[in-house]
Amino acid sequence: MAFPHVRRTQSMDFNKKGRLSNPCLLHRSESSKTTAQLSLENILQGTTHPAVSAQSRAILEPSVKPRDAKPRLLLMGLRRSGKSSIASVVFHKMPPNETLFLESTTRIQKDSIHSFMDFQVWDFPGQLEYLEPSFDLEDIFGSLGALVWVIDAQDDYLDSVARLNRTILTVQQYYPGINVEVFIHKVDGLSEEYRHDAYQDIVQRITDELNDAGYENAPVHFYLTSIYDYSVFEAFSKVIQKLIPNLSTLENLITTLGNNCGFEKTYLFDVLSKIYIASDTRPVDMAAYEMCSDYIDVIVDISELYSWDHPLRKHKGDQMQEAESHVVLHDETMLHLMEMNKYLCLVSVIRNPEAKEKKGLIDMNCRTFQEALNDVFSRSWEREEDHATE
Amino acid sequence: MDARKKKRKVLLMGKSGSGKSSMRSIIFSNYVAKDVRRLGATIDVEHSHVKFMGNLTLNLWDCGGQDAFMETYLASQRGNIFSDVAVLIYVFDIESREVDRDLDTYNAIIEALREFSPNAYVFCLVHKMDLIQAEHRQRIYEERSALIRSRSEHFRVDTFGSSIWDQSLYKAWAGIVHKLIPNLTVIERFLSAFAKKIDAEEVILFERSTFLTVTSVSSEIGDLNPIYDRHERLSNIMKAFKHCAARNTLTTPASAGFVVMHTKTPQFNIFLGRFTDNTYIFLVVPPGEAAYNCAVLNTMLAREGFSKAAASGRSDGFPLPPPETPEDPVTNGVAVHG
Repeated sequence: MAFPHVRRTQSMDFNKKGRLSNPCLLHRSESSKTTAQLSLENILQGTTHPAVSAQSRAILEPSVKPRDAKPRLLLMGLRRSGKSSIASVVFHKMPPNETLFLESTTRIQKDSIHSFMDFQVWDFPGQLEYLEPSFDLEDIFGSLGALVWVIDAQDDYLDSVARLNRTILTVQQYYPGINVEVFIHKVDGLSEEYRHDAYQDIVQRITDELNDAGYENAPVHFYLTSIYDYSVFEAFSKVIQKLIPNLSTLENLITTLGNNCGFEKTYLFDVLSKIYIASDTRPVDMAAYEMCSDYIDVIVDISELYSWDHPLRKHKGDQMQEAESHVVLHDETMLHLMEMNKYLCLVSVIRNPEAKEKKGLIDMNCRTFQEALNDVFSRSWEREEDHATE
Repeated sequence: MDARKKKRKVLLMGKSGSGKSSMRSIIFSNYVAKDVRRLGATIDVEHSHVKFMGNLTLNLWDCGGQDAFMETYLASQRGNIFSDVAVLIYVFDIESREVDRDLDTYNAIIEALREFSPNAYVFCLVHKMDLIQAEHRQRIYEERSALIRSRSEHFRVDTFGSSIWDQSLYKAWAGIVHKLIPNLTVIERFLSAFAKKIDAEEVILFERSTFLTVTSVSSEIGDLNPIYDRHERLSNIMKAFKHCAARNTLTTPASAGFVVMHTKTPQFNIFLGRFTDNTYIFLVVPPGEAAYNCAVLNTMLAREGFSKAAASGRSDGFPLPPPETPEDPVTNGVAVHG
C-alpha cells in the first residue's frame, strides 16, 4: 500500500523539500509509526549539561531500556564541512544546490527517523567543544550507533584530522569498538587524481597517529562523498547497514533470491531516503545503484500524479496489495521493483534474456522473499518485546 | 513531392541571450538543463532539421539574436527569412530591462512576417520564469503576455511561461508541436475510441525522441485528476530517467529508451510501451490484474494493426485512414477478453 499512501497526504507542491516539511508529516508521538509514513521528528534542543537528567540515568541502567535506545548517528566535523547539507540531502530530500542556503548550525539538531528501523541523526555544530568537561560524554556517545566525521576535502584538512584523532582517542577509552566513519566530503570539486591523493593522505595520517597512540586496528572506515552524486547515499547505506542486527540474514536471503532468479544485482531500498539497507554479496555496481535509485524516483513521481482519491474510481478486479513495476530498457536490461512493506522496496537489475518469459516466476520468488523478509523483521521485534517484559 | 510538403519552416527568434538555443538543445538534442551553460552565442542562423513523428520534419531556423543580426534579418535577408514560415517562436526574457525595446523589435518581426507569411502560427514564450519568485509568477506572466498580444497585429498568439528547470518547457513545446502535426484529429478520434474500448482513465501519446505529449484523451473519471500539469511532468520524469539509463548503460541519450514499462499499484495500473516507430503510448487503467493484462494485449494488437498499415506503405502508420485499421484490432482484442 505504501507508495500511494506515502504521498497522498502530502501537498501537491513540486518542491520536494516543501513536501517533507509539510506539517502533517511532523509527528511527535510514537504512534506515528502506525501511519504509513516515514515521519521526521524534528526536535531542536541544545545539549548542554542540564539536559542530562532522566535520559542518561536511564542509559546507565540498561535494563530500564528507555525509548531513547534507538541507535544514534552523530554527524561531526569542523564547521562548514557539510554536515547539515548531508543530513538535509539524505534525510530531507533537499535538492543539492539548495544546500547553499542552509544557515550554519548553532545547536545540536536531532532528527528521529522512523523507518524500517528507528534511529536518530544528531547534527553537531562544528564549533561545539564537546570534549570539554562541561559536556556529559555519556549523554552524547552513549547508545551510539556510529560516529560520522565529515572532512572538507577542498579545504585544509589538517585541523580536522587532528581533532578527529583527539575525539577518537577520548571516546574509545569509554566506548571501545565504536564505529567511526570518515566522510572525505566535497570531492566533486577535486580532480580524479587529487581526490585519490587526498584520500591516501587522510587515511595515512589518521591510522598512523592512532597507531602511535597505541590504538591499533581502529574501527575507522573512509568514504569519498559528495552530495552532487550518489556517493553520499552509498556511504550512508554502508553506515546504516552496520547498525542492522540481522544484516547477514538479509544479505543471504537476497543472494539466494538473486542466484535463483538470475538477477545481476539486487538492492533492498528504504524508499524515502533511498539508502539501501542490504544488497546481494556481489560487488557494488554504482551504475546499477544509480538506475535503481532513479527508478524508485520515477515510480514515486508517477504514483504521485495518479493516486488521487475519488469515490468514482473503481477497481476492476483483484490485484496484489503491493506495488510492482518493471521496465525494459533499450539494451534489454530489465529493472524490476517490488514493494516489500511500507518502508522498503526491492529493486533488481536483470540482464538475463529469459527474464521476460519467466516474469511470473520472478514475481513469485520475490513474494516469497517478501514473506521471509517480514518474518525477519517481525521476529526481531518480538524478541525485543520479550526482553522488555522480562 | 509529398515529403516536401511536410517540411515545415520554424523560426526561433528573440533577443540575444534569451535562451533560444538552450531550449532547442534540451528538447531536441537531449541536453540536460545544467549542460546548456556550455552553449555559446548563436551566430547568424543555425539551420537544423528536426525529425518529429518520423515523417514530419521541422526545418528549424535558430536565429542569433544580437542586434546586428536582427537588423539584417529585417533588411537584406527579409524575403529569405520570412517567406514560407509555418511557425514563428518568439522568446522573451522575463528578466530583460528593456521591455519596450524588446516589444518594438518583436513588432518589427511581426510586420515582416505579415508581409511574407500571413498564415503562420505565432508562439511567444516568456522564458526564464524560474528567476521570478513563485508567488509573483502568474501575475507578471499575465501582464507580459497582455503586452505581447497588444503588439501582435492580427496574429492570434499563444503565449507560454517557461523555464528550462521544470516541466513548463515541455508544456510550451508540446503546445507548439501539437499545432504542427497533420491529421491530428484522426489520431485523436482513434485514441478516444481505443480508450473507451479498454476502459482506460487516460491514454497519452508521447513522441519517441523528445518525449513531448503528442495528444491525450481521458475518460470522465480521468478528467477528475486534480493534477493539471501531469503530462508535462511525465515528459520531464521520463526524460530524466532516459538520461540516467543512457549514462549507466554507456550509450547516448538519443539511442537510449524504454521498450516497455509496467507499473501496478493498488490505485492505478500504468503501461508504457512503443506504439508506432515514433511514439510511445501511455495507458492509465484502474487496478485489476485481468483487466490490465487485457488492456495491454489490446494495445499490442492495435500496434500490430499500425505496423501492418505502415508496411503497406501508408507512411509510418500514422496518420492512418480512419475507417479500417483502428477498428479491427480493437474488436479482436475485446473478443479475447470475453
